[in-house]
Amino acid sequence: MKILVPVKRVVDYNVKVRVKADGTGVDIANVKMSMNPFDEIAVEEAVRLKEAGVASEVVAVSCGVAACQETIRAAMAIGADRGILVESDAELQPLAVAKLLKALCDKEQPTVVICGKQAIDDDSNQTGQMLAALMGWPQATFASKVQLGDGVATVTREIDGGLETVETKLPAVVTTDLRLNEPRYATLPNIMKAKKKPLDTVKPADLGVDVAPRLATLKVAEPPKRSAGVRVADVAQLVDKLKNEAKVI
Amino acid sequence: MAVLVIAEHDNQSIKTATLNAVTAAQAVGADIHVLVAGSGCSAAAQAATAIGGVAKVLVCDAAHYATQTAENVAELVRALAADYSHVFAAATSAGKNMLPRVAAQLDVAQISDIVAVESADTFVRPIYAGNALATVKSADRVKVVTVRTAAFDAAPLGGSAPNEAVPAAKDLGLTRVVGRELTKSERPELGAAKIIVSGGRGLGNGENYRTLLEPLADKLGAALGASRAAVDAGFVPNDYQVGQTGKIVAPQVYIAIGISGAIQHLAGMKDSKLIVAINKDPEAPIFQVADYGLVADLFAVVPELTATL
Repeated sequence: MKILVPVKRVVDYNVKVRVKADGTGVDIANVKMSMNPFDEIAVEEAVRLKEAGVASEVVAVSCGVAACQETIRAAMAIGADRGILVESDAELQPLAVAKLLKALCDKEQPTVVICGKQAIDDDSNQTGQMLAALMGWPQATFASKVQLGDGVATVTREIDGGLETVETKLPAVVTTDLRLNEPRYATLPNIMKAKKKPLDTVKPADLGVDVAPRLATLKVAEPPKRSAGVRVADVAQLVDKLKNEAKVI
Repeated sequence: MAVLVIAEHDNQSIKTATLNAVTAAQAVGADIHVLVAGSGCSAAAQAATAIGGVAKVLVCDAAHYATQTAENVAELVRALAADYSHVFAAATSAGKNMLPRVAAQLDVAQISDIVAVESADTFVRPIYAGNALATVKSADRVKVVTVRTAAFDAAPLGGSAPNEAVPAAKDLGLTRVVGRELTKSERPELGAAKIIVSGGRGLGNGENYRTLLEPLADKLGAALGASRAAVDAGFVPNDYQVGQTGKIVAPQVYIAIGISGAIQHLAGMKDSKLIVAINKDPEAPIFQVADYGLVADLFAVVPELTATL
């Protein structure tokens, strides 16, 4: 079976972002970019399924600016077989990405799409669910364990009270939670090999998708700052502060 | 036009997250209808009628909503959405799972995890792990919105909204829940607790977590939380996790013990009213947000703190 893995290029998770002074957005010029951590987990899972003989081909897809090629190469260094870049300079919101992925799914006919559960920049947590809806496929979100059988996926999901196991028909969309696996480091030989793997580029217009944003961002602001606290010397002083100053216990 | 709020329930009672979503919906300034979709859910429907500020409770009782799979519930919500200007749900794992599906079927954007309603079409939501707040305006016909529960008070009880049965949508038969493994706890629910005692890697192992933090939490009537490091190391189950990828909490008091305070953890707790940090590393980033910080060995001071309270 074929697995499609969408990957997103985002500001590296260790970077503390700064809001632009004019309130139009977050300053990402000259900031380190990486693959979204949840997507790395998705690629790793797909590659493990291939290594286990369950999957036959892993296709990595990214939508965005030309530099997203690097993200696709990173996915290929982990073990994806080929890549597709949907190149666009426009701001791509989850619904637009889901429509682009739908167009690719119609063409590529994957059995499973494995997405990250959310991108750590927009924190939307929408794209996988939207893709499943557009395809009319079942969805297994926030997966911490995935087993693919004949026409059926058994997925353990992380829910608020604990865990839930679902059986979904295939084809299906799975979104990954952090505990699904630990992504491997790409080795230098694999990074070199990834440079030779095929990478196709298409435009949203080639796929017949209108990517115009539906939500207008009016402004982006810094969250309110917390005022500096105090250091207490010992437990007695801490308890005193909690009881008499903050009056919380 | 009215606002449709999707109730989260277990067929018997309504989850408190729904009450927070109702409060957010009130800010839109239209009638509020609550949808209870379940199987044998008359007790939950009854509980929903008591939510203050609700004009009507729609009840859809059918066998294929027993486990409320996203596919089937989204199909139902989509059918109802034509009569509404807004569809709201709490940004819990259930709400996050189901609502984007509704939005895509309606061909509208979804607005995730809002912390404020500026007007009927303008909302504020955190991005970049809470390091920036974006104000977004929707031009879509139906606004499909999930609500950060920690950002809104719970709607009061004491209402008496009428119930109305609505027909079920068809059973899509795409997904079947085969098992649920819920963490049992006598303590308050993490999302709704007034006080949270949270532990990190500094505790060393699961046994230390239990022997040190449980007595403290019991004394304070607090819920227990954890950093991702503590969850990954197997100290506690993953539904204890507070952070960008776990639960977002805003209790009256958050006591962080042996937690360094990485960006992803702060995203889940920095809106707490009061933050207390106990850590032996004076440079730990948690001290930059803590109202009261104690630089000390947690193994010495946590039992002392428990004994003093």
